[in-house]
Amino acid sequence: MKQETKKRLINQINIYRSVLILLVICIFAAFLSESFLSVSNLFNVFKQVTVAGIIGCGMTFVILTGGIDLSVGSILGFAGVVASGVLASTGNTFLAVLTAVAIGITCGIVNGFFISQCGIPPFIATLGMMTLLRGCVLVYTKGSPIPVKVDSYKFIGKGTVLGVPVPVIILIALFLLAHYILTQTSFGRSIYAFGGNREAARLSGISVKKTEWMAYIINGFLSGIAAVVLTARLGSAQSTSGQGIEMDAIAAVILGGTSLSGGTGFVLPTVVGAMIMGIIDNILTLMNVNPHATNIVKGAVVLIAVLVDKKVKDLSAKAE
Amino acid sequence: MGGRLVLKLESIVKTFPGVKALDGVHLEIFEGEVHALCGENGAGKSTLMKIIAGAQPYTSGAMYLVGKEVVFHSAKDAEKHGIAMIYQEFNMVPELSVAENMYLGRLPVSPFGKVDWNKLYREAQENLDHLGLKFSAKTKVKNLSVAEAQMTEIAKCLTIGAKIIIMDEPTAALAEEEIQILFRTIEELKKKGIAIVYISHRMDEIFQISDRLTVFRDGKFVASKLIGETDYDDVVSMMVGRNVSNLYPVRDYKTQEVVFEARKVNSRGVHDVSLKLHKGEILGITGLLGAGTIELSKLIYGAIPMDSGEIYVHGEKKDCSSPRKALEAGIGFVSDDRKQEGLVLLRSIKENISMSSLKKLTKGFRLDNKLEADRVQEQVKALNIKVSSAQQPAGKLSGGNQQKVVFAKVLLADSDILILDEPTRGVDVGAKAEIYTIMNKLTEAGKSILVISTDLPELIGVSDRVIVMREGRTVLEISKQEMNQEKILAHASGGVSENETGN
Repeated sequence: MKQETKKRLINQINIYRSVLILLVICIFAAFLSESFLSVSNLFNVFKQVTVAGIIGCGMTFVILTGGIDLSVGSILGFAGVVASGVLASTGNTFLAVLTAVAIGITCGIVNGFFISQCGIPPFIATLGMMTLLRGCVLVYTKGSPIPVKVDSYKFIGKGTVLGVPVPVIILIALFLLAHYILTQTSFGRSIYAFGGNREAARLSGISVKKTEWMAYIINGFLSGIAAVVLTARLGSAQSTSGQGIEMDAIAAVILGGTSLSGGTGFVLPTVVGAMIMGIIDNILTLMNVNPHATNIVKGAVVLIAVLVDKKVKDLSAKAE
Repeated sequence: MGGRLVLKLESIVKTFPGVKALDGVHLEIFEGEVHALCGENGAGKSTLMKIIAGAQPYTSGAMYLVGKEVVFHSAKDAEKHGIAMIYQEFNMVPELSVAENMYLGRLPVSPFGKVDWNKLYREAQENLDHLGLKFSAKTKVKNLSVAEAQMTEIAKCLTIGAKIIIMDEPTAALAEEEIQILFRTIEELKKKGIAIVYISHRMDEIFQISDRLTVFRDGKFVASKLIGETDYDDVVSMMVGRNVSNLYPVRDYKTQEVVFEARKVNSRGVHDVSLKLHKGEILGITGLLGAGTIELSKLIYGAIPMDSGEIYVHGEKKDCSSPRKALEAGIGFVSDDRKQEGLVLLRSIKENISMSSLKKLTKGFRLDNKLEADRVQEQVKALNIKVSSAQQPAGKLSGGNQQKVVFAKVLLADSDILILDEPTRGVDVGAKAEIYTIMNKLTEAGKSILVISTDLPELIGVSDRVIVMREGRTVLEISKQEMNQEKILAHASGGVSENETGN
């Protein structure tokens, strides 16, 4: 009986572990800084994590297939500068958003082509894309930022609807859509099957190449959306935009409990993972910690979280 | 037995939380004997093996090695006492040589700390020669055949001075000829006074190679018998706990119309094979390893590319260039390797069963969860799959139940033509009988089955017709009345030239 209770408890912790980590960090944060729990600060945190969150959402698809995408930061950068360029020359918000999304999707198609059709390992293919696209950004901008001056475009990053920031609405909508796709559609099943055992999926009649390709396209598409949100919020597109964001996104996915080897995990905890990263950032800022040192803390938290995760998994394996 | 008692287990009990895996088990192993452990999956064989090999502690009881009580704390510990285990999956470094693998962690070194390569290769080669093995100790393990890799593991046991060698399903991955090599090696080991604990699902092997056997059921000791004192039916009924009168269902098959035809299909390993399958028929295909039987099945299913040839289903030419297209043409496939190719072990039983039918279960964009749950439940019930819930990961099931999940997947896809590769490999007797019954029922319901098997008694037991392949070509086709093991084996191994077949 006692064994049973213990087993059930461990299982519960397993499901909600990312939420638990988030709670623990929030409690710490509340003690460390009085202003942490204010509504404006919490919305601020939420807004800060939207970009990494949106990319983490796409990254979850890729990681569920057992792959990785290092090029998201560069896709974001390139889509952001070109969209801002289009905006500056036409003033048409719709056209600018369309451009960003089209660039994101195109990059995803190219990534997915190399990986699924040519069999190049995802790490290598996307590493190449990461460098190539960052080069494109620098060539396009010649190193100087492109300002965003159209209000309707800025609204996407700075506006609110019924008091809720637009980026937060976009984030929530995308996550709910992604959750629906992963859990309620045959494509979602294919992603899990592919990540769990590619050969078994293929022999079950799943179009494995299309499935893998699609994961990178989704990731590219969401990187394009993230580019719009980021440039709209900052009011300009920098040549360095999105640098290192792939690491935040991957960390969010892992903190959300998705296995790097593919096949298991969910997309909703990824947003919790992104929140954890965001809150650490926020609390260090509130405490006036040297900004250069924040990476040290963030890196350490990821390591500790993954270590705890492994221990919990070992425990639950033992309980069975 | 002539030899002295080397290992004795007394009242061994092993409990896991909530389960008693072993309940007062006895076992006596004598010098120079081959001792088979028999029991269905879940009978406690694997747990017992792990305990003997020191990989798991026992809860209570005692273990005596040559009269002295011993307690092993680890597998290394057991090895020091002369007990070695050969696992189903080999633990070798493919890039290193046979000799390096044999002495891994114990390489002989010269006084300056340099590996003494001459000594290493000389000693390794001596050990291989002792066992009558014909490959060089300098060969890289990755270039060995499965059988040779296994022999290397056995030779390694000799280098650590093993007195007892545990072999877990050693023939699972071996072809008929290779099994004979293994058996010769086992004879050599016996001559050296080494005891072999032998685990296999193949009853004919057990009767061929072992001197004594012990039967377990539900974690309990049932009996130990000399091989001369028992027979096949006796052992099976002890394992199952009731009389199993006939493993193979009686079939009443009369030739009906052709539903499937392959014309002159070619691929790597398959040359100009043509065959016809009739409605409601079970057609067996067999051959030695490398004869192209598995390749043929995968070729028909579109899992490997077809170089040339045509495939007809219900008289219509079909494109089966991918598993998806083959499924659409009404062909279903059960792989011989359910862990690598049949199941996604991480995912639930439900997801595995519906994997080939996602299109049918989708309404608009959305998977119809209710429809899926119902369809899956129907299959679970029809195939008598023992699960606590359809949400359980497939990897947690026993071999027999896993195999039934793969069956369920193919059946849910509603294929008329089923290709079954080694459908009962690694499955215990009870589940085997169930699978044969399922096959029988399916054919009665109008489905047709192509079964590929190297287990000849099984093949003869279930098939209405058998095709024998050798080196990628069909060499013999025989009907139920003419089937016998000797004839099939003679053709499969090339003991009969093709113009003598008369068929």
